Amino acid sequence: MANNSSVENTAIKELLFQLADDDFIHSYRGSEWLGLAPHIEEDIATSSITQDTMGHAAIFYQLLEELGEGNANQLAHDRPANERRNAIILELVNGPGSYMEQPDYDWAFAVVRNYFYTEAKAIKIQSLQSSSYEPLAEVAAKVQMELYYHLMHWKTWFVQLLGSGHEEAVSRMKAAIEKTLQDFQGVFSLGEHRNKIVQQGLIESEAVLLTKWNQAVAPVLKSVGLEGPIEVGMAQGDGRNGKHTEDLEKALETLCEVYASNKAASW
Amino acid sequence: MSAVLLTSEEIYKLLENVKDPEINTVSILDLGMVENVEISGSDVSVKILPTFLGCPALPIIQKNVETAVKQLPSVEGVSVEFLRSPSWTSDRITEKGKAGLKVFGISPPPRQIKEDGSWHIDCPYCESTYVTMENIFGPTACRSILYCKSCKNPFEAMKPMIKFM
Repeated sequence: MANNSSVENTAIKELLFQLADDDFIHSYRGSEWLGLAPHIEEDIATSSITQDTMGHAAIFYQLLEELGEGNANQLAHDRPANERRNAIILELVNGPGSYMEQPDYDWAFAVVRNYFYTEAKAIKIQSLQSSSYEPLAEVAAKVQMELYYHLMHWKTWFVQLLGSGHEEAVSRMKAAIEKTLQDFQGVFSLGEHRNKIVQQGLIESEAVLLTKWNQAVAPVLKSVGLEGPIEVGMAQGDGRNGKHTEDLEKALETLCEVYASNKAASW
Repeated sequence: MSAVLLTSEEIYKLLENVKDPEINTVSILDLGMVENVEISGSDVSVKILPTFLGCPALPIIQKNVETAVKQLPSVEGVSVEFLRSPSWTSDRITEKGKAGLKVFGISPPPRQIKEDGSWHIDCPYCESTYVTMENIFGPTACRSILYCKSCKNPFEAMKPMIKFM
Protein backbone atom coordinates (compact mmCIF):
# COMPACT_ATOMS: atom_id res chain seq x y z
CA MET A 1 0.00 0.00 0.00
CA ALA A 2 2.71 2.46 1.06
CA ASN A 3 4.65 1.62 -2.05
CA ASN A 4 1.61 2.22 -4.22
CA SER A 5 0.93 5.62 -2.75
CA SER A 6 4.54 6.70 -3.16
CA VAL A 7 4.34 5.78 -6.84
CA GLU A 8 1.15 7.84 -7.07
CA ASN A 9 2.83 10.76 -5.36
CA THR A 10 5.79 10.62 -7.73
CA ALA A 11 3.50 11.12 -10.71
CA ILE A 12 1.54 13.92 -9.01
CA LYS A 13 4.71 15.76 -8.01
CA GLU A 14 6.21 15.35 -11.45
CA LEU A 15 3.16 16.89 -13.11
CA LEU A 16 3.04 19.71 -10.55
CA PHE A 17 6.70 20.56 -11.17
CA GLN A 18 5.99 20.73 -14.91
CA LEU A 19 3.02 23.05 -14.42
CA ALA A 20 4.79 25.22 -11.85
CA ASP A 21 8.09 25.54 -13.73
CA ASP A 22 6.31 26.31 -17.03
CA ASP A 23 4.32 29.17 -15.54
CA PHE A 24 7.27 30.42 -13.48
CA ILE A 25 9.67 30.91 -16.39
CA HIS A 26 6.90 32.03 -18.72
CA SER A 27 5.95 34.70 -16.21
CA TYR A 28 9.58 35.74 -15.85
CA ARG A 29 9.93 36.22 -19.61
CA GLY A 30 6.70 38.21 -19.55
CA SER A 31 8.04 40.44 -16.76
CA GLU A 32 11.03 41.32 -18.95
CA TRP A 33 8.65 43.30 -21.17
CA LEU A 34 7.86 45.73 -18.37
CA GLY A 35 8.40 49.22 -19.76
CA LEU A 36 9.24 47.81 -23.19
CA ALA A 37 5.85 46.69 -24.55
CA PRO A 38 4.70 48.47 -27.72
CA HIS A 39 2.45 50.95 -25.92
CA ILE A 40 1.38 51.93 -22.40
CA GLU A 41 -1.89 49.96 -22.39
CA GLU A 42 -0.01 46.88 -23.50
CA ASP A 43 2.51 47.44 -20.75
CA ILE A 44 -0.33 47.25 -18.21
CA ALA A 45 -1.92 44.23 -19.87
CA THR A 46 1.33 42.27 -20.13
CA SER A 47 2.22 43.05 -16.53
CA SER A 48 -1.23 42.05 -15.27
CA ILE A 49 -1.17 38.77 -17.17
CA THR A 50 2.35 38.13 -15.95
CA GLN A 51 1.29 38.74 -12.36
CA ASP A 52 -1.65 36.33 -12.72
CA THR A 53 0.69 33.74 -14.22
CA MET A 54 3.17 34.06 -11.36
CA GLY A 55 0.20 33.51 -9.04
CA HIS A 56 -0.51 30.27 -10.89
CA ALA A 57 3.11 29.13 -10.57
CA ALA A 58 2.97 29.98 -6.86
CA ILE A 59 -0.13 27.89 -6.22
CA PHE A 60 1.40 24.90 -8.05
CA TYR A 61 4.55 25.25 -5.90
CA GLN A 62 2.23 25.52 -2.91
CA LEU A 63 0.66 22.17 -3.80
CA LEU A 64 4.17 20.70 -3.94
CA GLU A 65 4.93 22.18 -0.53
CA GLU A 66 1.83 20.46 0.83
CA LEU A 67 3.18 17.17 -0.54
CA GLY A 68 6.38 17.66 1.44
CA GLU A 69 8.65 18.84 -1.37
CA GLY A 70 9.88 21.85 0.63
CA ASN A 71 9.04 25.51 0.88
CA ALA A 72 7.31 27.01 -2.19
CA ASN A 73 9.65 30.00 -2.30
CA GLN A 74 12.65 27.73 -2.21
CA LEU A 75 11.20 25.52 -4.94
CA ALA A 76 10.82 28.59 -7.15
CA HIS A 77 14.21 30.16 -6.44
CA ASP A 78 16.62 27.55 -5.26
CA ARG A 79 16.69 24.77 -7.82
CA PRO A 80 19.39 24.51 -10.49
CA ALA A 81 18.50 24.47 -14.19
CA ASN A 82 18.97 20.71 -14.54
CA GLU A 83 16.22 20.12 -11.96
CA ARG A 84 13.73 22.39 -13.72
CA ARG A 85 10.97 20.70 -15.73
CA ASN A 86 9.77 23.62 -17.88
CA ALA A 87 9.49 23.26 -21.65
CA ILE A 88 12.50 24.69 -23.47
CA ILE A 89 10.44 27.00 -25.69
CA LEU A 90 9.32 28.94 -22.60
CA GLU A 91 12.83 29.66 -21.36
CA LEU A 92 14.21 31.11 -24.61
CA VAL A 93 15.15 34.80 -24.42
CA ASN A 94 12.75 37.42 -25.75
CA GLY A 95 15.39 38.49 -28.23
CA PRO A 96 18.96 39.76 -28.48
CA GLY A 97 20.35 42.07 -25.83
CA SER A 98 19.42 42.18 -22.17
CA TYR A 99 16.87 43.98 -20.06
CA MET A 100 19.46 46.31 -18.56
CA GLU A 101 21.29 47.09 -21.80
CA GLN A 102 19.75 47.49 -25.22
CA PRO A 103 16.96 44.97 -25.12
CA ASP A 104 16.19 44.25 -28.76
CA TYR A 105 13.25 42.00 -27.96
CA ASP A 106 10.98 40.55 -30.61
CA TRP A 107 7.31 41.37 -30.00
CA ALA A 108 6.26 38.97 -32.77
CA PHE A 109 7.97 36.10 -30.94
CA ALA A 110 6.33 37.22 -27.68
CA VAL A 111 2.86 37.28 -29.25
CA VAL A 112 3.24 33.88 -30.94
CA ARG A 113 4.77 32.18 -27.91
CA ASN A 114 2.21 33.74 -25.57
CA TYR A 115 -0.75 32.82 -27.76
CA PHE A 116 0.39 29.26 -28.44
CA TYR A 117 1.29 28.68 -24.79
CA THR A 118 -1.90 30.21 -23.40
CA GLU A 119 -3.99 28.07 -25.75
CA ALA A 120 -2.04 24.98 -24.64
CA LYS A 121 -2.41 25.94 -20.99
CA ALA A 122 -6.16 26.45 -21.42
CA ILE A 123 -6.46 22.92 -22.81
CA LYS A 124 -4.41 21.43 -19.98
CA ILE A 125 -6.35 23.40 -17.37
CA GLN A 126 -9.58 22.13 -18.90
CA SER A 127 -8.29 18.57 -18.63
CA LEU A 128 -7.00 19.11 -15.09
CA GLN A 129 -10.47 20.00 -13.87
CA SER A 130 -11.23 16.29 -14.18
CA SER A 131 -7.94 15.31 -12.55
CA SER A 132 -7.99 12.46 -10.07
CA TYR A 133 -5.94 14.68 -7.76
CA GLU A 134 -8.64 16.82 -6.19
CA PRO A 135 -6.50 19.79 -5.03
CA LEU A 136 -5.22 20.19 -8.58
CA ALA A 137 -8.73 19.99 -10.03
CA GLU A 138 -9.82 22.75 -7.63
CA VAL A 139 -6.94 25.03 -8.57
CA ALA A 140 -7.60 24.41 -12.27
CA ALA A 141 -11.19 25.66 -11.94
CA LYS A 142 -9.91 28.96 -10.58
CA VAL A 143 -7.05 29.32 -13.08
CA GLN A 144 -9.47 28.78 -15.96
CA MET A 145 -11.43 31.94 -15.14
CA GLU A 146 -8.29 34.08 -15.13
CA LEU A 147 -6.95 32.43 -18.26
CA TYR A 148 -10.07 33.42 -20.20
CA TYR A 149 -8.81 37.00 -20.38
CA HIS A 150 -5.21 36.03 -21.17
CA LEU A 151 -6.31 33.91 -24.09
CA MET A 152 -8.59 36.59 -25.47
CA HIS A 153 -5.74 39.10 -25.25
CA TRP A 154 -3.07 37.05 -27.05
CA LYS A 155 -5.45 35.75 -29.66
CA THR A 156 -6.39 39.34 -30.50
CA TRP A 157 -2.74 40.35 -31.00
CA PHE A 158 -2.01 37.19 -32.97
CA VAL A 159 -4.89 37.70 -35.39
CA GLN A 160 -4.39 41.45 -35.74
CA LEU A 161 -0.69 41.26 -36.55
CA LEU A 162 -1.07 38.37 -38.99
CA GLY A 163 -4.18 39.86 -40.55
CA SER A 164 -2.76 43.39 -40.75
CA GLY A 165 -1.54 43.03 -44.31
CA HIS A 166 1.55 44.89 -43.14
CA GLU A 167 4.56 43.26 -44.73
CA GLU A 168 6.95 43.50 -41.78
CA ALA A 169 4.32 42.38 -39.27
CA VAL A 170 3.31 39.36 -41.34
CA SER A 171 6.82 38.22 -42.16
CA ARG A 172 8.03 38.59 -38.58
CA MET A 173 4.99 36.74 -37.28
CA LYS A 174 5.56 33.91 -39.75
CA ALA A 175 9.20 33.64 -38.71
CA ALA A 176 8.13 33.60 -35.05
CA ILE A 177 5.59 30.84 -35.73
CA GLU A 178 8.26 28.73 -37.36
CA LYS A 179 10.69 29.29 -34.49
CA THR A 180 8.06 28.57 -31.82
CA LEU A 181 6.71 25.39 -33.43
CA GLN A 182 10.20 23.86 -33.64
CA ASP A 183 10.22 23.45 -29.88
CA PHE A 184 6.55 23.62 -28.98
CA GLN A 185 6.07 19.88 -28.58
CA GLY A 186 7.95 20.25 -25.31
CA VAL A 187 4.93 22.02 -23.82
CA PHE A 188 2.87 18.84 -24.25
CA SER A 189 5.55 16.45 -23.03
CA LEU A 190 4.71 14.80 -19.72
CA GLY A 191 8.30 13.65 -19.28
CA GLU A 192 9.63 10.27 -18.24
CA HIS A 193 6.69 9.57 -15.94
CA ARG A 194 4.12 10.12 -18.69
CA ASN A 195 2.56 6.67 -18.43
CA LYS A 196 1.99 6.88 -14.69
CA ILE A 197 0.67 10.42 -14.98
CA VAL A 198 -1.94 9.37 -17.53
CA GLN A 199 -2.77 6.00 -15.93
CA GLN A 200 -3.52 7.72 -12.64
CA GLY A 201 -5.97 9.99 -14.39
CA LEU A 202 -4.06 13.14 -13.46
CA ILE A 203 -4.33 14.65 -16.97
CA GLU A 204 -5.09 13.44 -20.49
CA SER A 205 -2.32 12.02 -22.66
CA GLU A 206 0.16 14.09 -24.67
CA ALA A 207 -1.49 12.98 -27.91
CA VAL A 208 -4.97 14.02 -26.78
CA LEU A 209 -3.77 17.40 -25.50
CA LEU A 210 -1.84 18.07 -28.70
CA THR A 211 -4.81 17.14 -30.88
CA LYS A 212 -7.07 19.49 -28.93
CA TRP A 213 -4.50 22.26 -29.24
CA ASN A 214 -4.32 21.69 -32.99
CA GLN A 215 -8.10 21.90 -33.21
CA ALA A 216 -8.07 25.19 -31.31
CA VAL A 217 -5.22 26.82 -33.23
CA ALA A 218 -5.99 25.62 -36.79
CA PRO A 219 -9.13 27.77 -37.30
CA VAL A 220 -7.34 30.83 -35.94
CA LEU A 221 -4.47 30.30 -38.39
CA LYS A 222 -6.96 29.69 -41.16
CA SER A 223 -8.71 32.98 -40.39
CA VAL A 224 -5.49 34.77 -41.32
CA GLY A 225 -4.88 32.70 -44.42
CA LEU A 226 -2.45 30.16 -42.97
CA GLU A 227 -3.53 26.63 -43.75
CA GLY A 228 -1.96 23.23 -43.70
CA PRO A 229 -0.75 20.89 -40.98
CA ILE A 230 0.77 22.37 -37.83
CA GLU A 231 3.93 20.40 -37.12
CA VAL A 232 5.49 20.74 -33.71
CA GLY A 233 8.94 19.51 -32.68
CA MET A 234 11.42 19.34 -29.82
CA ALA A 235 14.49 20.53 -31.71
CA GLN A 236 16.44 21.43 -28.57
CA GLY A 237 15.31 18.52 -26.43
CA ASP A 238 12.79 17.79 -23.69
CA GLY A 239 12.90 20.25 -20.79
CA ARG A 240 10.75 17.88 -18.69
CA ASN A 241 13.81 15.67 -18.29
CA GLY A 242 16.06 18.48 -17.07
CA LYS A 243 17.52 19.31 -20.48
CA HIS A 244 17.85 23.07 -20.88
CA THR A 245 19.65 25.87 -22.69
CA GLU A 246 22.00 28.58 -21.53
CA ASP A 247 19.03 30.95 -21.67
CA LEU A 248 17.54 29.27 -18.60
CA GLU A 249 20.84 29.36 -16.72
CA LYS A 250 21.11 33.09 -17.27
CA ALA A 251 17.48 33.73 -16.42
CA LEU A 252 17.85 31.83 -13.13
CA GLU A 253 20.99 33.77 -12.29
CA THR A 254 19.08 37.02 -12.69
CA LEU A 255 15.79 36.09 -11.10
CA CYS A 256 17.40 34.37 -8.12
CA GLU A 257 19.96 37.08 -7.44
CA VAL A 258 18.08 38.77 -4.61
CA TYR A 259 16.89 35.48 -3.10
CA ALA A 260 20.42 34.05 -3.18
CA SER A 261 21.86 37.14 -1.47
CA ASN A 262 20.11 36.10 1.75
CA LYS A 263 18.18 32.87 1.65
CA ALA A 264 16.96 33.24 5.23
CA ALA A 265 15.44 36.68 4.76
CA SER A 266 11.68 36.98 5.02
CA TRP A 267 9.87 39.30 2.64
CA MET B 1 -11.74 30.31 31.39
CA SER B 2 -13.71 32.97 29.61
CA ALA B 3 -17.35 33.07 30.56
CA VAL B 4 -18.31 34.94 27.40
CA LEU B 5 -19.26 32.76 24.47
CA LEU B 6 -18.07 34.01 21.12
CA THR B 7 -20.61 34.17 18.34
CA SER B 8 -19.98 34.24 14.64
CA GLU B 9 -22.19 37.36 14.41
CA GLU B 10 -19.63 39.24 16.48
CA ILE B 11 -16.84 38.12 14.17
CA TYR B 12 -18.76 39.03 11.02
CA LYS B 13 -19.37 42.46 12.51
CA LEU B 14 -15.63 42.95 12.98
CA LEU B 15 -14.92 41.75 9.47
CA GLU B 16 -17.06 44.59 8.13
CA ASN B 17 -14.16 46.82 9.13
CA VAL B 18 -11.64 44.87 7.10
CA LYS B 19 -11.52 46.69 3.78
CA ASP B 20 -9.90 45.69 0.53
CA PRO B 21 -6.43 47.27 0.95
CA GLU B 22 -6.71 48.70 -2.56
CA ILE B 23 -10.38 49.77 -2.40
CA ASN B 24 -11.01 51.21 1.05
CA THR B 25 -14.76 51.70 0.57
CA VAL B 26 -15.56 47.98 0.36
CA SER B 27 -15.16 45.31 3.03
CA ILE B 28 -13.94 41.82 2.28
CA LEU B 29 -17.38 40.66 3.41
CA ASP B 30 -19.11 42.74 0.75
CA LEU B 31 -16.64 41.53 -1.85
CA GLY B 32 -17.88 38.04 -1.03
CA MET B 33 -14.43 36.85 0.01
CA VAL B 34 -15.41 35.39 3.39
CA GLU B 35 -16.63 31.84 2.91
CA ASN B 36 -16.88 30.74 6.50
CA VAL B 37 -16.25 31.67 10.13
CA GLU B 38 -15.81 28.89 12.64
CA ILE B 39 -15.54 29.24 16.38
CA SER B 40 -14.12 26.65 18.68
CA GLY B 41 -14.05 27.86 22.29
CA SER B 42 -11.92 31.00 22.17
CA ASP B 43 -10.34 30.20 18.80
CA VAL B 44 -11.62 31.71 15.58
CA SER B 45 -10.98 30.37 12.12
CA VAL B 46 -11.79 32.51 9.08
CA LYS B 47 -11.88 30.92 5.62
CA ILE B 48 -11.34 33.30 2.73
CA LEU B 49 -11.57 32.92 -1.05
CA PRO B 50 -8.84 34.70 -3.05
CA THR B 51 -10.23 36.95 -5.79
CA PHE B 52 -7.24 36.33 -8.05
CA LEU B 53 -4.52 33.77 -7.27
CA GLY B 54 -1.69 36.25 -7.81
CA CYS B 55 -3.30 39.11 -5.90
CA PRO B 56 -0.56 40.74 -3.78
CA ALA B 57 -3.16 42.08 -1.33
CA LEU B 58 -3.89 38.62 0.08
CA PRO B 59 -1.16 38.58 2.79
CA ILE B 60 -2.25 42.10 3.82
CA ILE B 61 -5.87 40.97 4.07
CA GLN B 62 -4.80 38.00 6.16
CA LYS B 63 -2.95 40.26 8.60
CA ASN B 64 -5.83 42.75 8.77
CA VAL B 65 -8.34 39.97 9.53
CA GLU B 66 -6.13 38.70 12.34
CA THR B 67 -5.76 42.18 13.80
CA ALA B 68 -9.50 42.87 13.56
CA VAL B 69 -10.62 39.62 15.16
CA LYS B 70 -8.07 39.90 17.99
CA GLN B 71 -9.79 43.12 19.08
CA LEU B 72 -12.30 40.95 20.92
CA PRO B 73 -10.80 40.32 24.36
CA SER B 74 -12.34 36.85 24.53
CA VAL B 75 -10.55 35.72 21.37
CA GLU B 76 -7.35 33.79 22.00
CA GLY B 77 -6.34 32.43 18.63
CA VAL B 78 -7.12 33.46 15.07
CA SER B 79 -6.36 31.44 11.98
CA VAL B 80 -6.94 32.71 8.46
CA GLU B 81 -7.00 30.22 5.63
CA PHE B 82 -7.31 30.82 1.89
CA LEU B 83 -9.49 28.17 0.30
CA ARG B 84 -8.94 26.68 -3.14
CA SER B 85 -12.58 25.83 -3.54
CA PRO B 86 -15.15 27.15 -4.25
CA SER B 87 -13.70 29.69 -6.67
CA TRP B 88 -14.45 33.32 -5.92
CA THR B 89 -16.72 34.80 -8.59
CA SER B 90 -17.64 38.44 -9.14
CA ASP B 91 -21.34 37.71 -8.56
CA ARG B 92 -20.51 37.17 -4.88
CA ILE B 93 -20.21 40.95 -4.44
CA THR B 94 -23.17 42.22 -2.38
CA GLU B 95 -25.38 45.21 -3.22
CA LYS B 96 -23.62 47.16 -0.48
CA GLY B 97 -20.31 46.13 -2.01
CA LYS B 98 -21.40 47.38 -5.42
CA ALA B 99 -22.39 50.74 -3.92
CA GLY B 100 -19.00 50.95 -2.18
CA LEU B 101 -17.19 50.26 -5.43
CA LYS B 102 -19.04 53.11 -7.15
CA VAL B 103 -18.05 55.51 -4.37
CA PHE B 104 -14.44 54.62 -5.19
CA GLY B 105 -15.03 55.28 -8.90
CA ILE B 106 -15.18 51.62 -9.85
CA SER B 107 -18.17 50.18 -11.69
CA PRO B 108 -19.43 46.92 -10.28
CA PRO B 109 -19.13 43.88 -12.54
CA PRO B 110 -21.98 43.50 -15.02
CA ARG B 111 -24.92 41.36 -13.98
CA GLN B 112 -25.20 39.71 -17.33
CA ILE B 113 -22.70 38.57 -19.87
CA LYS B 114 -23.87 37.83 -23.37
CA GLU B 115 -23.25 34.49 -25.00
CA ASP B 116 -20.40 35.83 -27.11
CA GLY B 117 -18.64 36.89 -23.92
CA SER B 118 -19.36 40.60 -24.32
CA TRP B 119 -20.56 42.67 -21.39
CA HIS B 120 -21.76 46.17 -20.72
CA ILE B 121 -20.89 48.60 -17.96
CA ASP B 122 -22.21 52.06 -17.08
CA CYS B 123 -20.18 55.03 -15.87
CA PRO B 124 -19.97 55.01 -12.03
CA TYR B 125 -20.10 58.81 -11.95
CA CYS B 126 -22.89 59.84 -14.35
CA GLU B 127 -24.55 56.46 -15.11
CA SER B 128 -24.07 57.06 -18.84
CA THR B 129 -24.00 54.00 -21.07
CA TYR B 130 -21.80 55.89 -23.56
CA VAL B 131 -18.48 54.39 -22.47
CA THR B 132 -15.48 52.74 -24.12
CA MET B 133 -13.19 49.99 -22.92
CA GLU B 134 -9.63 51.29 -22.85
CA ASN B 135 -7.98 48.22 -21.39
CA ILE B 136 -9.46 44.99 -20.09
CA PHE B 137 -6.43 44.82 -17.80
CA GLY B 138 -6.00 47.49 -15.16
CA PRO B 139 -3.96 48.63 -12.18
CA THR B 140 -4.89 45.51 -10.22
CA ALA B 141 -5.69 42.00 -11.41
CA CYS B 142 -9.41 42.42 -10.75
CA ARG B 143 -9.97 45.74 -12.53
CA SER B 144 -10.36 47.04 -16.11
CA ILE B 145 -9.90 50.61 -17.40
CA LEU B 146 -12.75 52.41 -19.21
CA TYR B 147 -13.60 55.92 -20.35
CA CYS B 148 -16.92 57.74 -20.17
CA LYS B 149 -17.64 59.72 -23.31
CA SER B 150 -20.47 61.61 -21.60
CA CYS B 151 -18.80 63.04 -18.50
CA LYS B 152 -15.26 62.64 -19.92
CA ASN B 153 -13.99 60.73 -16.92
CA PRO B 154 -11.72 57.73 -17.01
CA PHE B 155 -12.98 55.06 -14.65
CA GLU B 156 -12.41 51.46 -13.69
CA ALA B 157 -14.67 48.43 -13.52
CA MET B 158 -14.43 45.12 -11.70
CA LYS B 159 -13.63 42.45 -14.25
CA PRO B 160 -16.40 39.86 -14.43
CA MET B 161 -15.23 36.48 -13.15
CA ILE B 162 -17.83 33.83 -13.66
CA LYS B 163 -18.05 30.09 -13.92
CA PHE B 164 -18.53 29.59 -17.66
CA MET B 165 -15.25 31.34 -18.52
